[in-house]
Amino acid sequence: MRRFTWFNATSLTLGFVFLYLPMVILVIYSFNASKLVTVWAGFSTKWYGTLFQNEAFLDAAWVTIKVAVVSSTFAAVLGTMAAYVLVRGGRFMGRTLFSGMIYAPLVMPEVITGLSLLLLFIGIGFDRGMMTIILAHTTFSMCYVSVVVSSRLVSFDRSLEEAALDLGCSPFEAFRLVTLPVIAPAVISGWLLAFTLSLDDLVIASFTSGPSATTLPIKIYSAVRLGVSPEINALSTMMISIVTVGVISASLISKRAAVRQQREERAAERIDD
Amino acid sequence: MRRFTLIAVPYFWLLVLFLVPFIIVFKISLSDTALAIPPYTPTLDLNSGWEGIKGFFADLDWENFTFLTTDDLYWKAYLSSLQIAAISTLFTLLIGYPIAYAMAQSADEWRPTLMMLIILPFWTSFLIRVYSWMGILSNEGFLNQFLMWTGLISEPLVILNTNTAVYIGIVYTYLPFMILPIYAALEKLDASLLEAAEDLGCSRLTAFWLVTIPLSKQGIIAGCFLVFIPALGEFVIPSLLGGSKTLMIGKVLWEEFFSNRDWPVASAVAVILLLILIIPIVLFQRNEQKQREAEGQ
Repeated sequence: MRRFTWFNATSLTLGFVFLYLPMVILVIYSFNASKLVTVWAGFSTKWYGTLFQNEAFLDAAWVTIKVAVVSSTFAAVLGTMAAYVLVRGGRFMGRTLFSGMIYAPLVMPEVITGLSLLLLFIGIGFDRGMMTIILAHTTFSMCYVSVVVSSRLVSFDRSLEEAALDLGCSPFEAFRLVTLPVIAPAVISGWLLAFTLSLDDLVIASFTSGPSATTLPIKIYSAVRLGVSPEINALSTMMISIVTVGVISASLISKRAAVRQQREERAAERIDD
Repeated sequence: MRRFTLIAVPYFWLLVLFLVPFIIVFKISLSDTALAIPPYTPTLDLNSGWEGIKGFFADLDWENFTFLTTDDLYWKAYLSSLQIAAISTLFTLLIGYPIAYAMAQSADEWRPTLMMLIILPFWTSFLIRVYSWMGILSNEGFLNQFLMWTGLISEPLVILNTNTAVYIGIVYTYLPFMILPIYAALEKLDASLLEAAEDLGCSRLTAFWLVTIPLSKQGIIAGCFLVFIPALGEFVIPSLLGGSKTLMIGKVLWEEFFSNRDWPVASAVAVILLLILIIPIVLFQRNEQKQREAEGQ
């Protein structure tokens, strides 16, 4: 029963206005010539200029990217392993504890995760810096990766793996040649999720970072606590555009892949007939 | 052997970086504040052998938890976090349900696009989305400018740095979490059931009330928990949009740790917050379980 009604059209319109208007305003006002953020004084790109001369921001951005790349890569590997263990591992000692530890970080308030990791690092005398942020981010994002990958593994026909084993593959070869190509899209989206989570994280990074490493969210937070700033508007605009371009192109690529797969399946069916 | 490594590596990682830190938090919540590095006592001294371990346990007590009950800042903060999280969950549901409903009713070729438009903000930085409201809600912000331009008000409304701003922030940032599970439930809904209800004499509104709402119950429950649980421990939103009077436990914990440097009390605050969270988390898990069983049939 697909009915066009004014009620539905209105709630969709209002909903999307609510979701997007704040960001649109932010983008528009990043091109404002005035330092007063709510008064429009003509078009200017000067805040982008000052942003690129701000060494502290550039350093923080560089640290953030390094942390995100390394932690999401670790998280993709560990999360895939954890998903495989959960879905295909069978029974082993402490399985309940293991699955509990996979799901708990997803619902844990960030302040608690951050606090507990900080107390651990201090307890064992580990100097806080980039390394500790990477460890912290890997830990919570591997759980997200594992959830994404295990939902793909559950729907994957196990007999394919068994066939590979019967045909003489070692378990590792069966994983590499059969399972991995099938779950690869899930691993990649898990990696992307881990990457954005790491880029975005303020609370856990604040607890686990030391004076030697400041990430971009920490810098942004300390700048905006005092109020709206045009430089942060410019920075936000750049981050919003990167994400938008990334998400749209990713969805176009996956759509094209889906169309191609459908075409191939149809062709295969025709051959079968 | 390979199987052992496969299990052991992620297991060990989570034990060391997830479970052990919680045990440490619990231990420190039983310790006393001290002017030392680290700023708590006792610390475990393994060099003096069994006596050291015994002395260590003897010095642990529940003092910080008693302190939390005597200073009314803390229980007020817990109550007000619960209240803020509950009210904003309700508003998120009221705003999110019509959007999810409209998405489920929309033409098939539109759905992927609508879906992407809902998910897109989720990939955008949380911090930036919260920040974007600071310019809108401030005294000389866009909302006030707009309302004064329309002549509805003559004096700017004070919204930023109040609880209202916190509600708006939570509804805004967690809206996709409410929409997606409800949409998933509504999309599976069999349209012929509604037709049957109407054939049997229900008005469209009654059919909606008696058929659509009950059949999307699982989605509503899941969405509410997905908003309520993270909102309860939220830090960024009350810290940027709330005022000095906004009491939320995430903020209290942060200040206890970074401003007062009282690690034992901060740890005790964390332990209690976890205990409070266990109830909604268990209920949420049970709801998910029920849904999985229903789908399995």
